[in-house]
This record gives sequence, C-alpha cells and structure tokens, in this order.
Amino acid sequence: MKGYLGIDVGSVSTNLVFMDENGEIREAIYLRTRGQPIFALQEGLRQLAERLPANTIVRGVGTTGSGRYLAGIIAGADVVKNEITSHAVAASTLVPGVQTILEIGGQDSKIIILRNGVVTDFAMNTVCAAGTGSFLDQQAARLNIPIEEFGKLALKSTVPVRIAGRCAVFAESDMIHKQQMGYSLPDILAGLCEALVRNYLNNVGKGKEILPPVVFQGGVAANAGMRRAFEQALGLEVHVPPHYNVMGAVGAALLAREKMAGGGTSRFRGFGVAKTRFKAGGFECENCPNLCEVVEITREGEVIARWGDRCGRWSNSLGYQENAV
Amino acid sequence: MKVTFPHMGHMWICLSAMLEYLGVEVVVPPPTSKRTLTLGARHAPEFACLPLKLNLGNFIEAAERGADTILMAGGCGPCRFGYYAQVEHAILEDLGYNYRLVVMEPPQKHVGELLSKIKYITGHSSWWEVIRGIRFGYQKARMVDELERRAHYLRPRESHRGSTDKAFKRALQEIIAVKHPRDLPQAGERVRRIMAGVAIRPRPVLRVGIVGEIFTLLEPFANHDLERRLGYLGVQTDRSIYLSEWVNDHLFLGLVRGLRSRKEACRAAPPYLNHFVGGHGQETVGSTVMYARQGYDGVIQLLPFTCMPEIVAHSVLPGLSTGLGIPTLTITVDEQSGEAGLVTRLEAFIDLLARKKGVV
Repeated sequence: MKGYLGIDVGSVSTNLVFMDENGEIREAIYLRTRGQPIFALQEGLRQLAERLPANTIVRGVGTTGSGRYLAGIIAGADVVKNEITSHAVAASTLVPGVQTILEIGGQDSKIIILRNGVVTDFAMNTVCAAGTGSFLDQQAARLNIPIEEFGKLALKSTVPVRIAGRCAVFAESDMIHKQQMGYSLPDILAGLCEALVRNYLNNVGKGKEILPPVVFQGGVAANAGMRRAFEQALGLEVHVPPHYNVMGAVGAALLAREKMAGGGTSRFRGFGVAKTRFKAGGFECENCPNLCEVVEITREGEVIARWGDRCGRWSNSLGYQENAV
Repeated sequence: MKVTFPHMGHMWICLSAMLEYLGVEVVVPPPTSKRTLTLGARHAPEFACLPLKLNLGNFIEAAERGADTILMAGGCGPCRFGYYAQVEHAILEDLGYNYRLVVMEPPQKHVGELLSKIKYITGHSSWWEVIRGIRFGYQKARMVDELERRAHYLRPRESHRGSTDKAFKRALQEIIAVKHPRDLPQAGERVRRIMAGVAIRPRPVLRVGIVGEIFTLLEPFANHDLERRLGYLGVQTDRSIYLSEWVNDHLFLGLVRGLRSRKEACRAAPPYLNHFVGGHGQETVGSTVMYARQGYDGVIQLLPFTCMPEIVAHSVLPGLSTGLGIPTLTITVDEQSGEAGLVTRLEAFIDLLARKKGVV
C-alpha cells in the first residue's frame, strides 16, 4: 500500500493518520501528548507501523500543530504547515462546500471562514477563550464523570442553568454555586456548554459571518452537549465529520499529497525513528541580554536542529536547518 | 547631567546624534531585551500597556550606566501615554532612583514650554546651534527610515537567507558613526552601496501594511520582530508610521513637505471612524483604508494589550475589512509571549493572502 502520513502534534493530543492514494483514511491514531511530544510521536509511529501492512510505502509526510517543527524534524516532513490551513484543507475535502469551521481543541479555539473552497477569514482565541477543551476535561474530573459521558449527560437536561462563562475561573465558581443551590448535574453541564459556546462566539467568532454548512471539529466536537449548544445558539445544523478529532492530521496528509504530486522522494526517516533516541534539550544563551531559550534536538547524541535564538547564532550554525520563522 | 531616554526602535540613533552634537552627555539604555522587560514588568502596574513596562526597564538599565536625567515625550487625550512620564518617574522615585525628569509636551499645546525644556537640556548652546542639532538628528532619522524601507523590500527577495539583515546591520553602523552633518552625504552613499550589494532573485511577493500603536510599530522587541518574520515568509511590509514622519507631524507641525502625514490617514478614516479616539486609533483605521485602496494584500494591526485607542480601531476593522475586501489580522502584545501561537497566526494569515492571490 502506498500513501501519505499526516501528523498533528498539539498541546493535548498527538494524532497520526495514514491516507492511501485515493484519499481514503486507512488508519487514524489519537494519543495524549502528556507534555512529551517526542515520545508521543514515536509511540504513534510505532502503533501505526504495527497496524499497516509490511509493504507500506510512505510517499509523503506532512506535520502540523504547535509541535509541527519538532515533529517535522523527527519524522522528516516534506511539508510543515500551520493548523489553520491544515484544518481548512481537511474540512473542505471531507465536507465539500463547507463555509464555516468551528474548531475547538485542548488549548486553542479557532473559527475558519471559507467561501468557494478558499479560506477568506479566520480567528484564533486571543487573550481569552483558550483552553476550552482542557477546562471541560478538568470539570468532568472534578465532578467525577468520564469525559466521554459529559455530552450524553448534558443532553438529558431540560432546563439548562445559566452559568457565567466569561472566564474559566468564574465559570467554575458559578458552577459550584449552582451545585450548592441544588440544580441537577445534567442542567449544570448543559449550562456550562451554553456558556462556553457563548464565550466562543463572542470572542473568537466576533464579527464573522457564520453561514451553513457549519462543521464542528477538534477534540471537543465529541461532546454532544457542545454540539447542541452550538446548534441552538446559531440556529443552524452543525455537522461533526467522521474524523473530527484528527482533522489536523488529515489536512497535513492532504497537504503532503499536494506537495508530492509534482514528484520527488519523501524525506520521511522511516518508521524506525520510533526506536531512535531523540532528545530535546535547551539552554539559555547568555551571549546578550535577550537570553533566548535555544532548543536543541539531538539524534543519538548528535545535534540535528536548533531554534529559538533571535540572532541566528545557534540556528545558523548547523548544516541542516529547519528554522522556525 | 547625563541624559537618557526610552528606546523606540532606532530612535536612539537620531536622538543621541542631536544631543551629542549639542554637547550633551547621553546615556543610551542597553538595547531593549528580556531583562528590560523583566525589570519593567516587575515594577509596573499589571494593567499598564507594554510601552510603559519597557520604558521603565530602559530607565532602570540606564541608571545602572549612570544616567540621571530622563528626556521623555508627553501627550494628551484619551490615551494614557500622557501620564506615563509622571507615573514612570514616580515609580522610579519609589524604587530609590534619583532621576530628574524633563517632559517634552506636544508643541501644539505649549510652544514656549517646549522651547524652554530644550534650552534646559542643551544649556549653553545658541538657538542657531539647537536648530542645527535638531536638523542633524532629523536627517539621520530620514536615513534610517530609508534604510528600513530598503530592507523591507529586499528581505522577501534575497537570494541568501539573512543577507539583508547582515547588510542592514553594517549600513546602520555607518549612520551611527557620523558625528557631524557635513559627513552625512558620503555616509548615505556608502549605505546605498552596501544595500545594493544584497543579491536578490525575482519572485512573487505579497504586500502587507502594518498599522497600530506607534511604539509597538517601531520597537522590534515589542512586536516580536514582526517585519523580519514576515520578510522571511515572503512578504514585503510597509509600516504606516516611520519615525521621521511622526517627528514631522508632531514636532515640526508638518513643516517638511513631501512626507506622508497623519492628516491623510485621518482623512481616510471616515465613515469607519469619524473622530479622534486618542493615540493612533484613527490613523490605524485610516491607514488600513489607504492600504486597501493601494491594492495591498492585507493589513496587520499591532495592539498593546489594554490599549484603548487600538481596541476602538480593532472593533472597527471587521466592518472595514468586509467593506473594502482587505483581510486584516490583529496581534495583541504584552509581556506574556507565546511564540508558537504568534507564528501560527502569521503563517495562517499569509497562507490566506497567498491563496487568495494565487501565489502559493
């Protein structure tokens, strides 16, 4: 089997997909990053190699997510793209004609506006509306319900309670207040979903024209309560695509296919990198008062990439470079 | 008297040229760095904007080098900047620094006072000498701006990554080294030669205008080196305010002809923003309109967190963007920096522009 590898290394999850030449997603892996992106990526590659047939040929690799440069170096990527473009490419391929993408992940929330298949506008959380996914996770843990049950419980609500959702800290104390007043758990959970949707639309979606079809993706799209809250707030049907939680990786695979369409061989280092010893270290350069945090990636003890310095003193000192902008 | 002033991009070059020409001893604060920010943020009110924090850091670091007098701009209107000189001075006093403070208020309000402040700093110099000194500083500002414009043009087109920045650094040294107005023309020649040495190759580039609050626009530390990052992404940038234009508008009252002025920008702002909102809010809106008319591919607004005039402009931009069909992106800066997030937003914005224009 021949195909393309898409890798999305985010703050909360690390996802990999393998897409065959017809654009079919053959394998999808969703892992928790747990603050160790290199380990998560290697684990993902190991699992993927196990699941794929032995004669698999990787024709191209794309990486995305906040760890895209790191992942690009470790896996040997042919294309390294930001997550907005990746998500937009994936959604418009899997859901033709999509005009609005609501994307809520662990840390970032974004809205992407497409017209005629082209991104015309986007926004990402600025100083607020970050960490929606992590906040839901944390509340589920506090209430001792599995995160997978969160949405189902919220759907049982008939009269959602109004929760102050401007800020996560206020939301939590308001939830506790409503709890002590005796409201039922489903009503509180549904209220929280509505509050988070309100906050998202006021912060991230402000000033954007939300037209159908609307696609809701990212890890939070698993939460049926959030989906219903969006549908009620927008008065529109909200689609959750089949691979909603690995859309970034799907986009990266599609971008890799686009990049390699002109021919050439992939820079993929092979599934063997799962066994290679990579180490990310860092130091504070004390050459000037900027005290840049320089990141160093070593493979089997040999430095293969550096970045983070403003002046280029370290990042330019290697033959092979994969500089962040 | 050892005079210091806050950093704002390359302003120190012209300001120290002028003061040193007039025989004033100058202490230039060390280049704004993470240390500057740490010092400033530690002692500043949390909800003050980034410029105040960096100014404060500059003054603390300048005091370590022996400065005893602060030269600072004043201001008026809804923007808090008018208070900054006084607030910063009070904080420094509380910290035990013994600084003298000289505030230059804008001349449209108190011409006589401004002149007496200049006289206070320059002491024995005659008025004629003072005017020559100001002129010398101003000529340097013009040269530096010219140099920056050239760099903005070259960066997205350079054949070797980093060659523009190398040339820029060398050329800047040429301008800094000039001690007398009569040597400026030759230095200008050398600067042009250095910049002409950067090899370029023709390729399609995007044009992006950068608007927003002036300090954040001019100080690369505050805006995370935005212009350089964009240059490397294949974008030719233009800044809506250059130092020489600002000086001409605010200190020379538009005396120098043939320069872009804030008046045009303010005239272009209606109907999106009809009146002055303090700071550079109206200019931000007006300049965005002008960039749209000039066929720029996009506009990036720089907003120091909690800056009221820029928040007003920010809320006006979505309507303007739809009305004139120009994509805009707002970047909020403060002492919390998340570089991964900034890079993602910039890359996505440039992707959007490139796909729209068809130059992927």
